[in-house]
Amino acid sequence: MIKLTVNGSQHELALNPDTPLLWVLRDHLALTGTKYGCGIAACGACTVHLDGRPVRSCVLPLRAVGSAGITTIEGLAEHGDHPVQQAWIAEDVPQCGYCQSGQIMTAVALLRDRPDPSDAEIDAAMDVLCRCGAYQRIRRAVHRAAAAAGERDA
Amino acid sequence: MSSGLTRRRFLAASLTAAGGLLLSFRLPALGRAPASVEVDGEGAEINAWLAIEADGSVVIRVAQSDMGQGVFTAMPMIVAEELEADWSQVSAEYASANRQLREDGVYQRMATGGSRAVRHSRPYLQRAGAEARERLRHAAAQRWQVDAASCEARSGRIHHARSGRSLGYGELAAAAATVSLPQGAVAIKSPDQFRLLGTPTRRLDVPAKVDGSAVFGSDVRLPGMVYAAVAHCPVIGGELAGHDFAAIQERPGIIAAVPLPGAIAVVADGYWPAQQALEALPVRWKPGAGAGGDSVRWRQAFRAALGQSGVVAAGDRGALAAIDAASRQVEADYDVPYLAHACMEPMNCTARIDAGRAEVWIGVQNPDAVLQVVAEESGVAPAHCHVHSCHLGGGFGRRAQPDVVREAVRIARAVGRPVQLIWSREQDMRAGWYRPMAAFRFRAGLDDAGRVAGFYNHSVTHSIMAPMGAAKGGIDGTSVQGLSDSPYAFGQRLIEHTIRDTHLSAWFWRSVGYSQNAWAMESFIDELAGAAGRDPLELRRELLAGRGDFLRVLDVLAEKAGWGRTLPPGSAQGLAIVESYGTIVGQVAEVTVSKAGALRLDRVVSVVDCGHTVNPLTIEEQIESGIVYGLSAALYGKLTVVDGAVQEGNFDRYPVLRLRDTPVMETHLALSGGDKWGGIGEPGLPPAAPAVCNAVFRVTGRRIRSLPLADHDLSWG
Repeated sequence: MIKLTVNGSQHELALNPDTPLLWVLRDHLALTGTKYGCGIAACGACTVHLDGRPVRSCVLPLRAVGSAGITTIEGLAEHGDHPVQQAWIAEDVPQCGYCQSGQIMTAVALLRDRPDPSDAEIDAAMDVLCRCGAYQRIRRAVHRAAAAAGERDA
Repeated sequence: MSSGLTRRRFLAASLTAAGGLLLSFRLPALGRAPASVEVDGEGAEINAWLAIEADGSVVIRVAQSDMGQGVFTAMPMIVAEELEADWSQVSAEYASANRQLREDGVYQRMATGGSRAVRHSRPYLQRAGAEARERLRHAAAQRWQVDAASCEARSGRIHHARSGRSLGYGELAAAAATVSLPQGAVAIKSPDQFRLLGTPTRRLDVPAKVDGSAVFGSDVRLPGMVYAAVAHCPVIGGELAGHDFAAIQERPGIIAAVPLPGAIAVVADGYWPAQQALEALPVRWKPGAGAGGDSVRWRQAFRAALGQSGVVAAGDRGALAAIDAASRQVEADYDVPYLAHACMEPMNCTARIDAGRAEVWIGVQNPDAVLQVVAEESGVAPAHCHVHSCHLGGGFGRRAQPDVVREAVRIARAVGRPVQLIWSREQDMRAGWYRPMAAFRFRAGLDDAGRVAGFYNHSVTHSIMAPMGAAKGGIDGTSVQGLSDSPYAFGQRLIEHTIRDTHLSAWFWRSVGYSQNAWAMESFIDELAGAAGRDPLELRRELLAGRGDFLRVLDVLAEKAGWGRTLPPGSAQGLAIVESYGTIVGQVAEVTVSKAGALRLDRVVSVVDCGHTVNPLTIEEQIESGIVYGLSAALYGKLTVVDGAVQEGNFDRYPVLRLRDTPVMETHLALSGGDKWGGIGEPGLPPAAPAVCNAVFRVTGRRIRSLPLADHDLSWG
């Protein structure tokens, strides 16, 4: 049995330890907000947090998770109102929406490290593919979330 | 999956007899958790398009598919405008393909493509909203015993000014559903009366798309569901020659291997074990006729075919003499490779066949056509087939092809359990349907004043429509979009076309023929301007004289982009203007190219004439989306075929634009109004690639005549 902590809940799973975390979340824990896009860590749609750090769950085997706590899009905020989610709504970011869990999880991690990121820092960190091309709005939403956090802290 | 349905009551009792998921399948994620407030009274379905609940909330059914282009919001806006609904009380759900069948096309057209959602649906959606509004007014008039003419609908309520009374739509819904309306047409607003249409409106589906609750096809979870992974013959059109299930059947969780036409699926208790076992499964293929296919040779053959004459698509052969008689001639050949759609969500379909009922859960562009496919493959009568429309993780034309549905239904039949089939990214890219390969020849004559005296074009294109029997007289209409319907007044012109196929399957790809043809056409117009020593904007103005709509777009574009402004060395502007799907889009791209040849996209300014606007926010988003999709193709997009097999399989070898590559984008409107309601999902795409290539030329002196740009050395100086 492998023990896993996801969004604060404990799970015990009898699974092949090579199973990528993505498929554990989706097929065994029914946490389908985390998406499959490429399976080779190229697109970022599967991004979740491992102890707060963004990781691409499609290439992270269960055995490598260890005791780290996992946060998925479903665990970001109880009512879907994390400041980054609010900024995403305000900027009307998603189109098809399939990549957006990965975008948001990546943005949350960026803002934790860099509360007021420059465009260059956003360029470097926000490396999640969006075929709808919502990139300009993603950039704006990251800045909006940063500004909102700045106001709260002021 | 049926939450939200149980507590809602509809008057259409006959529908409940159909059983199960009557009416539309409501995605729980779209409304998230149903409100816990219980209300008195009854809600009612007012007509097939909308239901009003007792609390006054309005559910509007959407018969078009939202693959990101915003119809899940735009269609309800059109209904709500006439309904005089309170927009904050409006939610949307997908219309039922089963009901479309049973009620003889009640939702009119359910296919989504050709940027036609607003263009085609608007009149009947307006009527549906207006008819419901009239029902509510008459129901209130009867309740109050007053003249209906004295009752006004406004913001979700019917008001009676004289008595100061008002009733909410929820209080009137049940009566409105059965009230008889007087004969005669209901009034539809003129655009100057719109309150909602034309105002920037946030998308209804966004909240569910930021908290992970939106249900895409591959997110469906059914009791007892198993998972399938599939491998197709690497050479499209080839067949399965054999496989050895015994080699994998002892693996934990493995349920079956299911042979399919040209493919084999492995079914397991999770997607990952299914995929792992599939990769370990010994499989033999019979490659078939496509075995020797090679994209380098195809390209040579397509270009060679330019030298023969084609079928006349427009104009006449007299143009050739006019070109030859001109004082000088300009000629150039162009070509483009096959492209994948690469939707973010790989193709998938979930199928269940049980007790005389066949169901699929999928995000598709044509749920009513898919329903017929489900019936064919399951053997269940269409009336007992159901397509539960999920969110689409991209579409771009690809999700109008039901190949994955056929496979999923066959697998579900074979294993006797609900199955979710997911194509891996590699299968999505290699077993797909592609934007056609094409080659183009242009030849034009210029007179002494640098005016175009005659124009010739020949395109050689893999036909999308020919296999459907829809390429009459050797012309596939989609293959000559942007060529035969060009607005440019060339004087005499001849537009020829030749269909040239390979063993791959050509398919609709966002903006279809315009996507490649406009790139070649608008690049060549700049070549003509260069040869004539004229400004590209000025030459276009001359060729579009008399087209006030185009000229207005060009004027606004020149102003907003600062056409001709001085840029630093290494940077330049490029221009293109294209009308597609009823909408004119002009774009100026600004790029920077380093002397070593590194290209940076700085800015794209767009000016749009789509006649009227439904949701200006969506227009901005779709123009940006089209630019990014079009420039992903222009910069990087290319499929390589060796020994009949597509080589690229994933985003590592099929790169697309990333946030850091994306230019600053500005979108402006220059609306011509009148009767024009243009499409918006595609028209932002066609001008982007030529605008960038025209800018690249002005920096580097290198004219890009084949795509992608990544294949070219852009160094200069």
